[in-house]
Amino acid sequence: MNVVVCLKQVPGITEVKIDPETNTLIREGIKNIVNPFDTYALEEGVRIKERYGGKVTTVTMGPPQAEEVLREAISLGADEAILFSDSAFAGADTLATAYTLATAINKIQEYDLIICGRQTVDGDTGQVGPELAEMLGIPFVAYVSKVEEIESDHMRIQRMVEDGHEAIETLLPAVITVVKEINVPRLPSLRGLAKAKSAAIPTWTAIELGVDENTVGLPGSATKVIKVFFPQRVHRGEILQGELGSQVESLLDNLREIKVI
Amino acid sequence: MGIQIDLDKCTGCGNCLPYCPFDLIEIVDEKAHIKDGCTLCGACQEACDYEAILIEVVAETAVISDTHYGIWVFAEQRNGQLKNVGYELLSKGRELANTLKTELCAVCFGYNINGVEQLTAYGADKVYLIDDPTLDNQQEDLYTGQLVKLIQEYRPEIVIAGATSFGRSFIPRVAAILKTGLTADCTGLEIDTERRLLLQTRPTFGGNVMATIICQTRRPQMSTVRPRVFKKNTPDKTRMGQIIKVDFNKEGITSRTKLINFIEDLTERVKLEDADIIVSGGRGLGKAENFQLLGELAAVMGAALGSSRPPVDDGWIPYSHQVGQTGKTVCPKLYVACGISGAVQHLAGMQTSDIIVAINDDPKAPIFEVATYGIVGDLFKVVPMLTEKLKNE
Ligand SMILES: Cc1cc2nc3c(=O)[nH]c(=O)nc-3n(C[C@H](O)[C@H](O)[C@H](O)COP(=O)(O)OP(=O)(O)OC[C@H]3O[C@@H](n4cnc5c(N)ncnc54)[C@H](O)[C@@H]3O)c2cc1C
Ligand SMILES: Nc1ncnc2c1ncn2[C@@H]1O[C@H](COP(=O)(O)O)[C@@H](O)[C@H]1O
Repeated sequence: MNVVVCLKQVPGITEVKIDPETNTLIREGIKNIVNPFDTYALEEGVRIKERYGGKVTTVTMGPPQAEEVLREAISLGADEAILFSDSAFAGADTLATAYTLATAINKIQEYDLIICGRQTVDGDTGQVGPELAEMLGIPFVAYVSKVEEIESDHMRIQRMVEDGHEAIETLLPAVITVVKEINVPRLPSLRGLAKAKSAAIPTWTAIELGVDENTVGLPGSATKVIKVFFPQRVHRGEILQGELGSQVESLLDNLREIKVI
Repeated sequence: MGIQIDLDKCTGCGNCLPYCPFDLIEIVDEKAHIKDGCTLCGACQEACDYEAILIEVVAETAVISDTHYGIWVFAEQRNGQLKNVGYELLSKGRELANTLKTELCAVCFGYNINGVEQLTAYGADKVYLIDDPTLDNQQEDLYTGQLVKLIQEYRPEIVIAGATSFGRSFIPRVAAILKTGLTADCTGLEIDTERRLLLQTRPTFGGNVMATIICQTRRPQMSTVRPRVFKKNTPDKTRMGQIIKVDFNKEGITSRTKLINFIEDLTERVKLEDADIIVSGGRGLGKAENFQLLGELAAVMGAALGSSRPPVDDGWIPYSHQVGQTGKTVCPKLYVACGISGAVQHLAGMQTSDIIVAINDDPKAPIFEVATYGIVGDLFKVVPMLTEKLKNE
């Protein structure tokens, strides 16, 4: 089983705060991290390799510093890593990102399974996985929570939907996206850390990929962001006063008055 | 192509720095410098008082032909039952279609689908219906192939679908085949009438930043919208519409995935998306058994049970109850948050509820900022009191 894992470097923004005065992001102490959902994708790839043999190649499209996440991936068990980086790739929407990844993965050739995270925490669309599958012309299954069994040309998996779980069989090669329920990612090993330090990580540019610059980055994107703004939170905030018992009473009175109960 | 700083105009004041959602601006030698990774979103441009930031965009290459016409809503069904999200999108779609002076169509695939005429009652002028036994369970390959064929044949201007787990999984594939843009999880849809463009607004960065997105030159313009983001209108049973039965065109479409079985999560007695009242618990509950307390309150209120993420992560309650960015979006008449701090990712899923009640012992918890009524106190006291008082009515 040759597995390709798609990772993205994102700002660690879960603790992002908005400065109420300037209405901008407070960035202090924000570092770049591996997109949290992609760590489950990587872990699953490494587990599949441990179970069925083969190798794990991690890839990312991003600026030169995105190499950091690929080194981290090697410390966590990936065998190889390739960075797709070129100023021509900048400003890509999901369509252009998926196209670039698909072109590059076609160039890797040897793959049986491609694993993506369910979504990124910055772009937050979850579209790159399914778009990538379509561009490679292979099957796709989203929200995978368990890989049950892999056989030569197909595999059995479970995925999460709103109201339960589905067991699904898919032909291989395929693209899947995984949810965090699928595993608990490991910590880097000492050997892995040593390997990560010395690993050679090739960079493929638009020339290596043989792509026309009009099909990648901003020119290759179908969508365009025309405005970015910070949401106004609705401040309602009435804190009820008095003893707990009377607070509960006045809450119920209020709710009755507006007829929600 | 790209972003440039006019070095003559830039004063190096640094005003633009905090406006970059990606933190890619630095001041080098008293001039702004844009680092790699810029998405050309333009936030800095607006913040610059000196017009020193130039963003060059590709000249319009393709002129949109007038041959694209109509707004389509993909009306999802499961086991023959139409989902509410379809009605919500038709209600919004009606508004957009009126503004654009175009037709609104619903597209519906499945087998033995109940109440298709409802789609016209909610605003569709036409319903393209494919009722075929092979479309019985939602096989994504078949749905993808078929929707692509229909779009290629009828050429709608706009296609909107629900961001359900099914929609989020197969709609991007449709967009990829059509090589067009798709905006996920929109919370606002408006029309720029001058340019006949759909202005698609959506949260990014876990709800911290909003972005308005357009798809300028490719058609159709496509978006997904989460259930419960738009409100559905009251259906008008007298509205006339046309139901157009289309044969399932199997040519060149095969399913490469197979559904083996479905294990329903039976703990969700009242469906979250449909509930008028939701009682929701967070880490403050302490342990799995304590959901019992909330269950009792929910029972007397006729409410559904919701949860923040930690209880789901710790296995106290199944994922189908999770509310938030990576769970469900809900918009009930009343949302009672117990022992939930109110992290942005949770707020993203519930802040549009009509009335929010927060019960939390930490007066500084951010949930109180969005709560209509807040009770600062121990939920283990407050919740049983509420249950008791309601029971005695
Ligand atoms: C990519 C990403 C996606 C995420 N998606 C989601 C999502 O979909 N949904 C979601 O909810 N979260 C999500 N999260 C997690 C989110 O950031 C928060 O960690 C989470 O919402 C916190 O849950 P909580 O409020 O239950 O727990 P906490 O933040 O720990 O808050 C518990 C609260 O309970 C109060 N409390 C404790 N004991 C009592 C008591 N006896 N009586 C009254 N109050 C008490 C405490 O004061 C505290 O305010 C996501 C995070 C990431 C990074
Ligand atoms: N630039 C990128 N490089 C590599 N993988 C990516 C990139 N962007 C997105 N992905 C993958 O696609 C998934 C979904 O991303 P998104 O559609 O941006 O939410 C991520 O979890 C990654 O696995």
